[in-house]
Amino acid sequence: MAVIRDVMPAFELYQPSSVADAQKLLEQHGSDAWVLAGGLDSFDWLKDRIRKPKAVVDLSGIEELRAVRTTADGIEIGAMTTLTEIVSHPLIKQKYDLLAQAAEVVASPQIRNQGTIGGNVSQDTRCWYYRGGWPCYRAGGNICYADTPEGRNREHAILHADRCVAVNPSDSAPALIALDAKFVVRTPKGERVVDAEDYFIGPDIDITRLHILQPGDLLTAIRIPSTWAGAQFYFEKVRDRNVWDFALMNVASAMVTSGDRIERIRIAVNGAAARPLRLKAVEDAVRGKPRNAATGEMAGKLAVQGAVPLQFNAYKIPLMRNLVKRAIGGVEEATWAS
Amino acid sequence: MAEKAGSKISEDAPKAVSRRNFIKGVITSGVAVSSASYLFRASTVMHGQQFIAGVGERLITLNVNGQQRRVDVMKQETLASTLRYKLGLTGTKLGCDRAECGSCTVLIDDIPYYACSVLTHNVRGRKVLTIEGLASADGTLHPVQQGVIDEQGFQCAFCMSGFIMTTVGYLKTNSNPTRQELAHGISGCLCRCQDYDKILTALMRGAENMRRSKLG
Repeated sequence: MAVIRDVMPAFELYQPSSVADAQKLLEQHGSDAWVLAGGLDSFDWLKDRIRKPKAVVDLSGIEELRAVRTTADGIEIGAMTTLTEIVSHPLIKQKYDLLAQAAEVVASPQIRNQGTIGGNVSQDTRCWYYRGGWPCYRAGGNICYADTPEGRNREHAILHADRCVAVNPSDSAPALIALDAKFVVRTPKGERVVDAEDYFIGPDIDITRLHILQPGDLLTAIRIPSTWAGAQFYFEKVRDRNVWDFALMNVASAMVTSGDRIERIRIAVNGAAARPLRLKAVEDAVRGKPRNAATGEMAGKLAVQGAVPLQFNAYKIPLMRNLVKRAIGGVEEATWAS
Repeated sequence: MAEKAGSKISEDAPKAVSRRNFIKGVITSGVAVSSASYLFRASTVMHGQQFIAGVGERLITLNVNGQQRRVDVMKQETLASTLRYKLGLTGTKLGCDRAECGSCTVLIDDIPYYACSVLTHNVRGRKVLTIEGLASADGTLHPVQQGVIDEQGFQCAFCMSGFIMTTVGYLKTNSNPTRQELAHGISGCLCRCQDYDKILTALMRGAENMRRSKLG
């Protein structure tokens, strides 16, 4: 018999069929439990033997987590809905296409068939020092290996770094922030609904997690209000290869104009910091302004204020500036006058 | 001579036997330990909890290529491992084992998945189709397989089963793709021979074969 190189460490597998059962299991196993959604982030951790949970709670059998429902004010997407289901959903395409655009450029077709929206927003960072099991700040140590003169940090943060310089890898997260989505979190104490941008946290709040979920918590659904239904959307992801790769940076915006003026706008980028960033200062600055290249340029410059590059990622500053400019001023106006 | 040979046997035999017995012993005790802990876990759960789905079952039935296959599957086992090493279906290739190369792609309920990144316990009650299940019972190749042969699409062909399964799955959602659309559909597969243009030509021919076979 052939040698199987990458058998994961043994764990007990639980496949509950309701959220209540899943919660019971999570409560029972505490910090020994691992929540499994699509599995594409999880299996890397397990195969590399960096994480060895005793109990894996597989959510794939929970029907209530997997559907797109219309609500009185918008839609509710179950956390276990796959990215392919989101991309091909007629209502999402018609009204919230920003999310469909973001989901469509995640990884590869097979991964989108399996990967879930809940997993996409809750996945861990891809900093290879951390993923490789190095005892860095995020892993409970007291050093950041990426933020050293020799550190490989081309993909790392330019904003809001605090000891750790890892970035959030999600493509759907900025789109959900731009759509003003609400995340429904089931905690042992009951249900909690948080704004999309508050679901994500930086190292200043907790250096070991990218989101607010505590052991025992489950993200069950994402609600998108109709506030931005049918608005003008812009999504762009920049990556080294067109398939598989995580974003070096991405931008998502939802805009409503009257005449040529920007009436209201929400814009977010990811790949710049440990959390997807809603660019509130940019939103405030461009509101009421004409939608043109000059406004885009102003917005781009404003967006990167305070950015601090590491040894190998200074390119991210003009990249972010240009992405914000394109989102607001339009792609055909991408050259800089000044 | 005869005596010498005899003594040689008597010298070597005990060693060989003891080594074999030793290995046997390890295997038996390993099995005993793992099944004991497995039973113990299962019974704890039965007494401690009213209901938890799926716990305790290791011997499961899989629907693979239209057949019901009984197989003993570890909880942490991936579908690619089960197919290759338990069911002997080695047409499914393991390249990267990290959901990046696409060689292990199989269809689960008609949708392409990376078999290296699916737990076998997750496909109970679902229909798994591998490259071995594509040809019909009389040996007639699937139209996409025929397209690959017609166009000689691959060089080393290690990635071929993955490409073919991905294409068969993609064509279920779009039976008449443009070259560009099919390229996007199969973009989750890598070919180290860098033979993409020929592969795409072959798979386009496969798609055409399929449409024709449905018409005729």
